[in-house]
Amino acid sequence: MAMVQPKSVKYRLWLTHAGLLAFVALIVFPLLMVVSISFREGNFATGSLLPDNPTLEHWSLALGIPYVHESGEVSNPPFPVLTWLWNSMKIALISSLLILMLSTTSAYAFARLRFGGKSPILKGMLIFQMFPPVLTLVAIYALFDQLGEHISWLGVNTHGAVIIASLGGMALHIWTIKGYFESIDGSLEEAAIVDGATTWQAFVHILLPMSVPILAVVFILAFITSVTEYPIASVLLMDVDKLTLSVGAQQYLYDQNYLWGDFAAAAVLSGLPITAVFLYCQKWIVGGLTAGGVKG
Amino acid sequence: MSAVNVPAEMPGRAVPKLSIPKLPAAMRWGLWLLCNAFALYLIIALYAQGQTVFALLGLVVAGIASFVFINRRAYAHRYIFPAVAGMLVFVIFPLLYTVGIGFTNYSGTNLLSFEQAQRYHLNQTYLAGERFGFSLHQNDAGEMRLRVDRGEQGVWVSAPLAGEPVGGEPLRMSREAEVENLGAAMPLRDVIRQRKQLEQWVMRGHEGQLLRLYGLREVAAVEPLYRLRDDGSLVNNQTGERLTANDEIGFYVDAEGQKVAPGYTVYAGWSNFAKVLTDPKIRGPFLQIFVWTVCFAALTVVFTLAVGLVLASLLQWEMVRGKAFYRLMLILPYAVPAFISILVFKGLFNQSFGEINLMLDSLFGVRPDWFSDPTLARSMILMVNTWLGYPYMLLLCMGLLQAIPRDLYEASAMDGATPVDNLLKITLPLLIKPLAPLLIASFAFNFNNFVLITLLTRGGPDILGTTTPAGTTDLLVSYTYRIAFQDSGQNFALAAAIATLIFIVVGAMAWLNLKLSKVKV
Repeated sequence: MAMVQPKSVKYRLWLTHAGLLAFVALIVFPLLMVVSISFREGNFATGSLLPDNPTLEHWSLALGIPYVHESGEVSNPPFPVLTWLWNSMKIALISSLLILMLSTTSAYAFARLRFGGKSPILKGMLIFQMFPPVLTLVAIYALFDQLGEHISWLGVNTHGAVIIASLGGMALHIWTIKGYFESIDGSLEEAAIVDGATTWQAFVHILLPMSVPILAVVFILAFITSVTEYPIASVLLMDVDKLTLSVGAQQYLYDQNYLWGDFAAAAVLSGLPITAVFLYCQKWIVGGLTAGGVKG
Repeated sequence: MSAVNVPAEMPGRAVPKLSIPKLPAAMRWGLWLLCNAFALYLIIALYAQGQTVFALLGLVVAGIASFVFINRRAYAHRYIFPAVAGMLVFVIFPLLYTVGIGFTNYSGTNLLSFEQAQRYHLNQTYLAGERFGFSLHQNDAGEMRLRVDRGEQGVWVSAPLAGEPVGGEPLRMSREAEVENLGAAMPLRDVIRQRKQLEQWVMRGHEGQLLRLYGLREVAAVEPLYRLRDDGSLVNNQTGERLTANDEIGFYVDAEGQKVAPGYTVYAGWSNFAKVLTDPKIRGPFLQIFVWTVCFAALTVVFTLAVGLVLASLLQWEMVRGKAFYRLMLILPYAVPAFISILVFKGLFNQSFGEINLMLDSLFGVRPDWFSDPTLARSMILMVNTWLGYPYMLLLCMGLLQAIPRDLYEASAMDGATPVDNLLKITLPLLIKPLAPLLIASFAFNFNNFVLITLLTRGGPDILGTTTPAGTTDLLVSYTYRIAFQDSGQNFALAAAIATLIFIVVGAMAWLNLKLSKVKV
């Protein structure tokens, strides 16, 4: 506690609280609004934050259940939201597991082994990571178009292609894990190797169990990156049933077919789990983010 | 196998000998052979199809893999190979490929290779002769065949309709008696449904003449429209006209110089780059978009940093209670997936039914045109992006503020400094150094913030009087994307040329970032 404080400190404290609360209200307003809209009737309804006639119409449609209005009219779900959610989860799960596996082994080599070309490879990875994949979409499309001619599960319009394409983005994760490995003292592994363990055994049985926290962070980060990935999936996936959430969600808001209420329910339904996971893990994630980004 | 000492060593005082895990030799070699056989098959298949670039990529990746996994000296490289290969195939190769496309005329009208375009022309046919009735048959295996009744010459049945009709070999025909399991004739309405498809198939009769669909009930004898002469030109069998390949523009042209579609891809030198820099209808929007992109990225960094820093300083104050609550609420925008919150804002800002305009209307009686007025659209984008981006800055600043010694503030309080003085004269100067590389990274990220623009405004409102689709809120990346994928022309080459220019900018930023962050490897 600071010993020297100006006299007006009480007012300032109140002002700070008022300001923070007002700001929080401003920030949270759009999110609350969407939740509210998801319970309103129809797609063009207006009203207060608490809906006057709450209805589950949009939620039922988002969950894929046709909704029967009081008039007997039936609305069918406009888009297969749950299928999209499942596609997103499947792609994100497989690709983040792959990324975790491959970036952990790479990070181990970068942190513990000495080999030719280590420094240029590491620096090159950092530089190339900054080039946005959007600009190379023509090339990526052509690549998978060709691959698909020979390996059908890697062609255009397959989930395999999206999963494999995500392997290009491992550099940051490697840096994050490498930083963590370097903070762990290597003497245990050295002792094990002196006792006859192989490098691989030392890595799997000694280093890995000590690194579970950072592995969890990288897994979650890779998962979120994959779920929110838009450009590559938008070019590689075409069939409505194969889209991921990030590509499909925008179809609700075309000018010709404006489904604001349905979108709100789908957005809350699909955004909530990801938001919850992120908030739950935020402490570790934030550490991982700043560590990976800043110091490398 | 004896343990071989390898140069991959542990850093540290005692350098122990590394022992390498051993699979049984037979298994290892078997696996190695299997992988290489598969890779070779892929490479040869790609090469045979004229995809030399992709074959080369496969060769490089498979070659390195093969070397790394049999060479004991490259033991440490085995660990990093998958990540490096992923980067090579999905980041570096597409980068080089894109730069390469920038020097061609690859576009919607010039998609094919020269061989494919030539084959396309040679497969064209014209009507020449008799017509025969036909019926379409499908058997229980789903194979469809055409049955053609040629009167005195007997009844003939085509091979099953499978694969690509265009560009392939004509379908072989055989006598009906030789075909087993022809299946029942399909009703006319199925033929009508299949018409588009059926019209593309060509059949070769027993005397070598070609047959093609003519109307819904008949096939007619057709002749190839062009024949290839020794000098490489094509002669029209019907009119005698000569087409010559013009490698300057990538088209076959007739005597008057008229292009005959489809074109093919040729090397175009610097013409795409010249177009971007000199053609006023492209240079105008390009420069306008470039300026906006820089402003957008810079303003985003300034705004998010300002908001984040102020909030972090407030949360840093010991007397503020409920920090955990504020922190949770304030990083909420970071936790919600961006593609969802951007679309939410798209709806909230909607000019007619958006909640923001409804509220402004009832409070002040105004309904701003967020999506049709360029200035308002840009302000909206900056507002949304500040909302999306400040939590990252907040988190960074909170971390960095911890490192500033408290007594600096106490000293300044003694001297009667206000909080604003503290922020500008103590906090900011101390933060700027560790923040610099992160600010550059943030600038680079927003310079290429494709998702925000695409989901929020799609670049609109559009700039008028341009030959390429260009919007007032387009960033260079979304502009490039639209040229490649949304324009009716699909001008991949021009998009690639602009992408190459962006690569230079991004590369410079990446290099600067690396210098400033003083990464030690």
